[in-house]
Amino acid sequence: MIETRGLRKSFKSRQGREKKTIEAVRGVDLDVAEGEIFGFLGPNGAGKTTTLRMLATLIEPDGGSATIAGADLRADPGEVRRRIGYVAQGGSTWDGSTAREELVLQARLYGVSKADARARTAQVLEAFQLSEYADRKCQTYSGGQRRRVDIALGIIHEPKVVFLDEPTTGLDPQSRAHMWDEVRRLRAEGMTVFITTHYLDEADALCDRISIMDNGEIVASGTPSELKREISGDVVRVGLAPGSISAAAQALNAYKIETYDDSVRLFVEDGAVAIPQILRALDAADVPLGGIELRRPSLDDVFLTKTGRSLRES
Amino acid sequence: MKLLRDTSLIFQRQAQLLLRNPVWILVGVFQPVMYLLLFAPLLKPALQVNSNAEAYEIFVPGLLVLLAIFGGLFQGFGLIAELRAGVIERSRVTPVSRLALLLGRSLRDVVSLIAQAVIITLLALLFDLRVFIGNLLLAYLMLALISLMTSALSYGIALVVKSEDALAPLMNTVAQPVLLLSGILLPLTFAPGWLQGIADWNPFSWAVNGTRALFRGDLGAPDVWQGLLIMAVLALLAVLWAAREFSRSVR
Repeated sequence: MIETRGLRKSFKSRQGREKKTIEAVRGVDLDVAEGEIFGFLGPNGAGKTTTLRMLATLIEPDGGSATIAGADLRADPGEVRRRIGYVAQGGSTWDGSTAREELVLQARLYGVSKADARARTAQVLEAFQLSEYADRKCQTYSGGQRRRVDIALGIIHEPKVVFLDEPTTGLDPQSRAHMWDEVRRLRAEGMTVFITTHYLDEADALCDRISIMDNGEIVASGTPSELKREISGDVVRVGLAPGSISAAAQALNAYKIETYDDSVRLFVEDGAVAIPQILRALDAADVPLGGIELRRPSLDDVFLTKTGRSLRES
Repeated sequence: MKLLRDTSLIFQRQAQLLLRNPVWILVGVFQPVMYLLLFAPLLKPALQVNSNAEAYEIFVPGLLVLLAIFGGLFQGFGLIAELRAGVIERSRVTPVSRLALLLGRSLRDVVSLIAQAVIITLLALLFDLRVFIGNLLLAYLMLALISLMTSALSYGIALVVKSEDALAPLMNTVAQPVLLLSGILLPLTFAPGWLQGIADWNPFSWAVNGTRALFRGDLGAPDVWQGLLIMAVLALLAVLWAAREFSRSVR
């Protein structure tokens, strides 16, 4: 449904007198299958939004190619526009208009006739549980309601693919769970959903497949469980007093280790075997233990092994 | 035709939002009326004309052109608010005509300007202004072209600078010399030669002369067709440029 090869974009920026070229996206290859929820995971500034805006025809790529829902992005952006929906991160409603007015207008901008636009608007309002507020001005909506209107605006013309840029950022946990349900419903209706997120749990729970992006490049792709399986073994997190991190790192230098302010993480073959050894090593080095935890690798661990940084920190 | 359909969609939306907040009519008419009441009485002695009607023939067209210039130039502020709300980006992911995104907005501005102009003309009739209806309609055409140009220009600049903080000083800087060099408040016939020379390069000065000729009833004056032609060409250029800004990437 979406296929990109070598998609690139750089921006010129000026810092004081110095002109710099920032390579926001450096050659992105993606393959998104029909009917899946595809997640783009990465820290802020990784190039997710820039990639999304290129795919949504809002900015022109510097290089590379993309085919979206069968239309060529570079050669026929107009046809791409007809086949996709796009929901921006910052919202898209006008305070002084009502949800119904916005939806009817948006449908008509896609070329839908007046009567059809009205009928579809009523359907979509119903599906997104917005009927009750439909004739109130958008300025009166809560964050979650507003976000539902944004998504409704993105799918009012029944696109094949819908791009959602960080749809749950800034929502409370309940609205977030609600939004996940909406996204799953769109997939159930046959849409391909492409979302960006910097939430690990969101990528893990919601997405069928993900690509992890960092610094303008894709560093890993696959289903969440495939990616986690790539990191064989277990992760042991050892809680420590801040002053004893370096002593602990020294004592445990036989393991693959990452250090943090108040803990170290060890990547081990088998946690049950490793934990007694770790405890003995720390005891021998006289390092006081704050806590110890064994778990299966998470997407954050995947990110960590691919980029050397934790997603939580960036 | 797609362009017409899209333009009318955008126009209807913008007009609907404007009508929902009818205060603008009062605000838009209040200032010109103050000029009519408080400034115009000075004109009869200052211009050394015989009657109030004659003074209004000179002053009212200038006032209307002033309104068209300023009304248009400051429309960009609304667009910046729309940019910030994400409304423009939402339009740009649809296949809507980019020219329509501009024209729908600018035509709303033209229509609201003409509404103001009609109110002011009616008030001026109370002050003994007399003008032939045909000439008046041509004068309104001139006003429409001016406001189409200035509003398109303002939208284009708003899309380039993207911030009110930059737009406000820019527009004031452009508007002030344009205003002084167009002979809007007083005709430039009183100006020294060098000043008239500079004013000849100000297109709005031609528009003001043309509009005055129409209010005078001098339909055959070359000022009329020259003013209309200059404004039409500039309006066309401004519309084409601003529409290009709408279709270019907005980061």
